[in-house]
Amino acid sequence: MQTTTAKGQSRARALASGDSVQRLLALGALLILLAFFSVISEPFRTPDNYVSILVATAVNGVLAMGVTFVIITGGIDLSVGTNMTFCSVILGLVVTNAGFPLWIGIPCALAAGALVGAVNGTLIAKAKIPPFIATLGMLNVCRGLAQILSDVKPIYFEGTPQFYELFMGKSLFGIPNVVFIMFGAGILAHLVLTRTTLGRYTFALGSNEEATRLSGVNVDGWKIAVYGVGGLFAGLGGILIAARMTSAQPSVGMGYELDAIAAAVIGGTSLSGGEGSIVGTIIGAFIISTLTIGLSILGVPDQWKLVITGLVVIGAVWLDVLRRRGRA
Amino acid sequence: MRFTRISGLAAGGMALALVVGACSSSSSPAPSSGAAASAGTGSAPYIAIVSKGSQHQFWQAVQKGATDEAAAKGATITYEGPASESEVDKQLTMLQTALDKHPQAICFAALDSKAATPLLEKAKAAGIPVVGFDSGVDSTIPVTTVATDNIAAAAVAADQMATAIGGSGKVALIVHDQTSQTGQTRRDGFVNQIKAKYPNIQIVDIQYGAGDPVKSADIAKAIMTANPDLKGFFGANEGSIKGVLNALKETGKENSVIAIGYDSGQQQIDAINAGVEYGAITQNPVGIGAKCVDAALDAIAGKTLPKTIDTGFYWYDKTNINDPNIQAVLYK
Repeated sequence: MQTTTAKGQSRARALASGDSVQRLLALGALLILLAFFSVISEPFRTPDNYVSILVATAVNGVLAMGVTFVIITGGIDLSVGTNMTFCSVILGLVVTNAGFPLWIGIPCALAAGALVGAVNGTLIAKAKIPPFIATLGMLNVCRGLAQILSDVKPIYFEGTPQFYELFMGKSLFGIPNVVFIMFGAGILAHLVLTRTTLGRYTFALGSNEEATRLSGVNVDGWKIAVYGVGGLFAGLGGILIAARMTSAQPSVGMGYELDAIAAAVIGGTSLSGGEGSIVGTIIGAFIISTLTIGLSILGVPDQWKLVITGLVVIGAVWLDVLRRRGRA
Repeated sequence: MRFTRISGLAAGGMALALVVGACSSSSSPAPSSGAAASAGTGSAPYIAIVSKGSQHQFWQAVQKGATDEAAAKGATITYEGPASESEVDKQLTMLQTALDKHPQAICFAALDSKAATPLLEKAKAAGIPVVGFDSGVDSTIPVTTVATDNIAAAAVAADQMATAIGGSGKVALIVHDQTSQTGQTRRDGFVNQIKAKYPNIQIVDIQYGAGDPVKSADIAKAIMTANPDLKGFFGANEGSIKGVLNALKETGKENSVIAIGYDSGQQQIDAINAGVEYGAITQNPVGIGAKCVDAALDAIAGKTLPKTIDTGFYWYDKTNINDPNIQAVLYK
């Protein structure tokens, strides 16, 4: 048993850091993009702009980290966008409407996200509903709940100025705190994925669920936990986006799951499960925001931004497919 | 065993959906609606209102105006709109459903006029008068359009921008979309006025943020990065100007860039009072709702209506925000 555990741990670490070719490719792509925009656009290479890119990546980066766990198990979570919105509404209800302090509101929002994730996991593990359908259904449930609970009106945090200060205040190097929170969450996610049992079983479920079940692992329980983790990160995303807008906006959030999944996939997480890393996902998230902001600065119309971003996602996955085929 | 459990769950789910669907219509039930599942019963005419959205408070204010007027005039209404203003297909489905309920009249604000034309032809063929409101419908089918003159309103915004920045400099626009009439008319109204009267003002960029405050904020920041000497932003709807305000806050440029917006909402009202936002154009959403119900009732009664019914707009800023006639049309 001891040997299997140690082997399992190192295998998890190997998978997370071992499939580094895709991650190096992603990093290379990011550096090329940054170099390209910096060279052809003088405004792009200002420190303020680099900070803007960091800030713009924060919310998507956090959502993408959570969804990485889920995709590694071979599943998918389409509800992360509206879950994020739902959690921001919960934060608004607890802090603004009910008047509780932030240190109560923030855990409530996180717990709400984890709860939604756990519901997803239960639907998938126990009721055997395919992840696509289960999380699609929860996407709508979260969206509806966010609107019902907020009465379809934004909830403002003007009465809690320390909320904005805490997240958007610039403690270090003139960079808003959300950026450090995102990186901190990333370090935490990476440690969980590579050094805990949860991480090990995440990979195990994605590589071979049947074998994992047959070795006596409580597959259902761990699946619920993994989706719960995904939801927890969505909750964090909800807090961050509420900070950026100084309000909980019930109508925002649809479509955010697509950017999150794209970031994970660009970073080397395989949609068929068993492979992925947080480092890669963060790089993927940066590629998306660098592209979007770079194209905006160049004045490229919105329609073309969408086409280019879409092609980049396809290109990234295609590269990965080619590489695998070459290996096999 | 497993199969039975799944089908049991599925049946339960469908039953639940039916129950929830029966209890509430897809719109927020107004006191005089909901029960009207088919043609208006008895003497109370039934008007189906399909708007561009249900989520922004602007639309909720329109709904309030319509609901109150319907209650006062003894009509029943249903009011619905898609969740976001890019969901043209969802709106068409709502229009189809509205038609199937055989209303006496339809009030419609098209997200995409051309896409809606076939359904409107059907309404006309069935003898159901169509009243356009807000964006209206770019077609000859509506008997009238109840709306704000967005071109004139955006031109006033342009005049105010010119005053605020001293007649020259760089400005940019953040608009919600380019497929709906309000997106097009507000953009064009602003741009054309600048081109016609203020040759020293340069419009450096027009970007579309779908009214999402976060996306609009990132776009605004990118525009400011590309144009560090930018003097002003025009946000063509509430979501867009919220994005501009957030961007100014994040970059610390609240006192160096002029922000002019549209509609109201708590964030804009606070920003104007704080001096962060120079001012905004408000429409009269409650008036739009009320007047479109009136127009629908007139159309049902067979009266001829003018081609457009102007519901008015106001420029408001710190100096007049507390005037009673301004307060009456602002929504929070």
